[in-house]
Amino acid sequence: MFMLYNIYIMILADAAFFALADSTRRAILVRLAQGDATVAELKEPFAISQPAVSRHLKVLEAAGLISRRAQGASRPCHLEAKGFESIDRWLSTMRETMELNFTRLDNVLQQMPSTAPTSC
Amino acid sequence: MSKLTLTTEGDTHVVVTRRFSAPPELVYRAHTEPALLQQWLLGPEGWTMPVCIMEARPGGRIRYEWSDGNGNGFHITGEVLEAVTSTRLKHVERMHLPDPTPDNHVETQFALDGEGTLMTMRMTLPDEETRTMMLATGMEHGMEASYARLESLHHAMKVWITQR
Repeated sequence: MFMLYNIYIMILADAAFFALADSTRRAILVRLAQGDATVAELKEPFAISQPAVSRHLKVLEAAGLISRRAQGASRPCHLEAKGFESIDRWLSTMRETMELNFTRLDNVLQQMPSTAPTSC
Repeated sequence: MSKLTLTTEGDTHVVVTRRFSAPPELVYRAHTEPALLQQWLLGPEGWTMPVCIMEARPGGRIRYEWSDGNGNGFHITGEVLEAVTSTRLKHVERMHLPDPTPDNHVETQFALDGEGTLMTMRMTLPDEETRTMMLATGMEHGMEASYARLESLHHAMKVWITQR
């Protein structure tokens, strides 16, 4: 069904859902929404290692949700708002497709006799 | 015109509701009888459903094939888990690209709502582990062809939607 097709557009088009499915990564995004930060600054609130933070940042970067300027050892991270577009696009494509289908279904239902025998 | 609602439940489910003025008996039939499914479960205008197999009983087979008439198409297969006439359908389905995608579990409820039907559809998104696996290994193991096909299908659909 087209709903499933759209789910795979989601998987295909964006690692963003995956990136957002982790509370540490969500918290990193909240911090970056307030302004750019280095890896060391981002690590501060969390009781996890720097390599662990770096892994999270890799996921966010792969998802297009953050970007990193290569500026020596401290690479400032920046929130990329357009990374969130793919989720919205997927949801609206799915919604549009389903609305098309259900409008057709309204017409099909109207043409069905209201007392029809059912076969089990 | 009845309005569709679509919401996500966390990152694991999508829930869709839609009201129909027809009673649950008819809406259920439209979801389980191939001759009816082929009239509406189509996507954009111009697409057809040349193959529609739907056996509405536990263990029943699902196979749907779609075509845009221009050489683009895809199919899904699935199994019916539960089928309670006029009430509820549970099934799993997967796309073939041609490699099968992970199973999607769908539960559809048909509830009497006045003289009509409130339909609620709950779909399971692949879990985090599955998505991790797909993202990590899919690219390495040459899902590019499948992704390219999905992109071309997506583009074909988007072009149609914007031209509507």
